[in-house]
Amino acid sequence: MTDNVLADSIDALLEDSCPAEVVRAIEQGGSPARLWQTLADSGFADALVPEDAGGAGLSLRDALPILSACGRVVLPVPFAQTMLVRGFLAASGVTPPPGPATFAIADAGGGEHDIVCSRVTHATTSDWVLVQSGTHCRLLPTAAARLESPGVHGSLEAGLTWGPPPADAIRIANDADWHAIGACVFAAQMAGSMSRVFDLTLRYANDRVQFGRSIGKFQAIQHQVSVMAEHVAASRMAAEIGADSTSWQPSPLAAAIAKSRTSEAVPTVTAIAHAVHGAIGITAEYDLQLHTRRLHEWRLAFGSESYWHDRIGRAVVESRDASTAGFIVDRVFASSRTDRTTTE
Amino acid sequence: MIDALPLAAVPPEDEALRTEVRQFLSEALAGVPAEIRAHSWMGFDAEFSRALGRRGWLGITLPKEYGGGGRSPFARFVLVEEFLAWGAPVSAHWIADRQSAPLILRYGTESQKHFHIPPICRGESFFCIGMSEPGSGSDLASVKTRATRTSDGWRLSGQKIWTTNAYRSQYMIALVRTSGTAEDRHRGLTQFIVDLSLPGITIRPIEDLAGGRHFCEVFFDDVALPDDALVGQEGEGWSQVTAELAFERSGPERLYSSVVLLDTWIAELRARGADDRDSRALVGRLVANLSVLRALSLSITAKLSRGESPVVEAALVKDMGTEIEQLTPTLIADAIGRTPDAPVSASLVRALAFVTQMAPSFSLRGGTREILRGMIARGLGLR
Ligand SMILES: Cc1cc2nc3c(=O)[nH]c(=O)nc-3n(C[C@H](O)[C@H](O)[C@H](O)COP(=O)(O)OP(=O)(O)OC[C@H]3O[C@@H](n4cnc5c(N)ncnc54)[C@H](O)[C@@H]3O)c2cc1C
Repeated sequence: MTDNVLADSIDALLEDSCPAEVVRAIEQGGSPARLWQTLADSGFADALVPEDAGGAGLSLRDALPILSACGRVVLPVPFAQTMLVRGFLAASGVTPPPGPATFAIADAGGGEHDIVCSRVTHATTSDWVLVQSGTHCRLLPTAAARLESPGVHGSLEAGLTWGPPPADAIRIANDADWHAIGACVFAAQMAGSMSRVFDLTLRYANDRVQFGRSIGKFQAIQHQVSVMAEHVAASRMAAEIGADSTSWQPSPLAAAIAKSRTSEAVPTVTAIAHAVHGAIGITAEYDLQLHTRRLHEWRLAFGSESYWHDRIGRAVVESRDASTAGFIVDRVFASSRTDRTTTE
Repeated sequence: MIDALPLAAVPPEDEALRTEVRQFLSEALAGVPAEIRAHSWMGFDAEFSRALGRRGWLGITLPKEYGGGGRSPFARFVLVEEFLAWGAPVSAHWIADRQSAPLILRYGTESQKHFHIPPICRGESFFCIGMSEPGSGSDLASVKTRATRTSDGWRLSGQKIWTTNAYRSQYMIALVRTSGTAEDRHRGLTQFIVDLSLPGITIRPIEDLAGGRHFCEVFFDDVALPDDALVGQEGEGWSQVTAELAFERSGPERLYSSVVLLDTWIAELRARGADDRDSRALVGRLVANLSVLRALSLSITAKLSRGESPVVEAALVKDMGTEIEQLTPTLIADAIGRTPDAPVSASLVRALAFVTQMAPSFSLRGGTREILRGMIARGLGLR
């Protein structure tokens, strides 16, 4: 499947199965079962599972359109996370169970026996959570956890606490960087969501008339929309960098670039979108809020821009590379210098 | 929406140039202090340009029959990226290599190509851009300098300003009016290759705020131009200039102008043990932004190499790139001042002062921020 065919078919699937009404219903506690079934039937959940294990055997680079499309419709179920969890399990020789699965990193110092994850993305619509703690991952059923809602309007996140895990819980040695995987997955979803926010804003700027002309004719509005276009283009490129891997998982440095740049874009993109929309953008009825509320949450998921800036800065300082450009060419784009070029 | 900009990679045969270039630059620039290297693409050294010419690194994308390297735009990307990373003094040949030679190749006659391009590739012929005038900055179509037909050529009268390197270049490519008036806007404009040694031309450098001399006033007092000074089509100057500006706006110099300052500061952070989290996070912020900008710039290079003309995308990258270039000295200054009693090297202080003083120019030359945002808005269909 070429990039575009894949992107078009996943876009069509998600636009059809997850219009804004479905997002609203699930946010308000409606069942995600039907939506999930449609997505599960599509087979895309096994995009990153190797072919000999029954999957599509795509690389993360090839699967990026699926991740971004989830963000474009602010999908209220953890389809993007499920892809990565299934990719990880298959790579570890474990057959993934059916059902929506998210992933999280256990809080430090969660207690002797309990496993505590204080912010789990899409916790309320997941059957499973792959929890990394220390050198191991466990696949835990959400139903067995005590769920603590953050009490945030429309949020699908929650804190989850499990008692001592049953002896037969799936336990796998971990060598993956789940912060980086989360960074990559949410950078892609944020880029997708910001692209949609941009489309909404551009359309509104053309449609809304004040002082006898569309507001998009005012230079002040034009310049704000142009700045937004820049941040969205940068975010989309950042997501591409983050997912530029031939395996199922990202390079941590690339994921860091991706998440920090997309998180950095969120305040500006959401602020301009709301400014251009005026009061209508503040209403529950208009779709903009579905995106901007989620973008503010996702900006923090698996680390905000400052967390990743610090990690990147540390890597630069420790690298002892004589020049920043050298670091960028030889380390950030190291993979595209080797594996990409051999295939072209 | 703006077209997708797919992540591109430099092909291996072009990437292979990098090792050789790095080797050359590490020797050629050994011992050059940071504040000199921080001049980046504003540093002028004719002998250095000739040395690059001898290695075949000028006009690398131009056809071999005119003395060029016959390579892809990616080869030029690698060269330019390394020149900027090291702070090599590239100003002398910069404009000729980036835009004048490609323009002559595209619009010039066979004899103009044979006459002008080989010396550009040798680093012996430097060019400047004669667009701006005292009354015509952003509103470029209002230029008043005029060329009138004579029996054997043209007579040129008027004035250009802000012409970078005019006093140390051999030629200017000037945008002038050949028919109609300023009210005719885009119609009636023509480009000429003006030999700056001709009688009737007066060039005066204008000192800049940092004490440097690069841009100039250029006066044309009834200058006799031969017929073959005209490049391209009479009356087609506007569309030629628009195509030229796409080359001017998308290159790596639109993100790396402040990078020598950044490297100088990082070196001092390392020496101090880089124990301060705020400074480290600032390094990360700048590197993250530069990485994304580099990928965008490379993606535009890929489009140019396929013969596309990504004018709006180039405007977008230049606007974002210059913002980061301007943010770099501002934020580094604050980081240094956070510990007022810690020592800072004189070299870093001087590099920081130079970049801080010149930074406003990054978002003026090649089209101001407001003009670029207007172009993006037009590309989005808002105008
Ligand atoms: C270091 C340096 C080197 C240069 N080298 C060259 C060179 O080699 N050759 C050459 O031809 N030129 C050169 N320039 C000139 C450069 O192209 C101009 O400075 C630029 O086009 C802006 O023109 P201006 O300075 O007259 O400003 P103006 O056009 O007068 O603009 C002043 C302000 O008004 C704003 N403005 C103008 N029109 C609008 C509008 N329609 N909407 C909103 N805002 C607007 C601008 O954005 C800017 O903020 C150089 C400039 C610098 C600083």
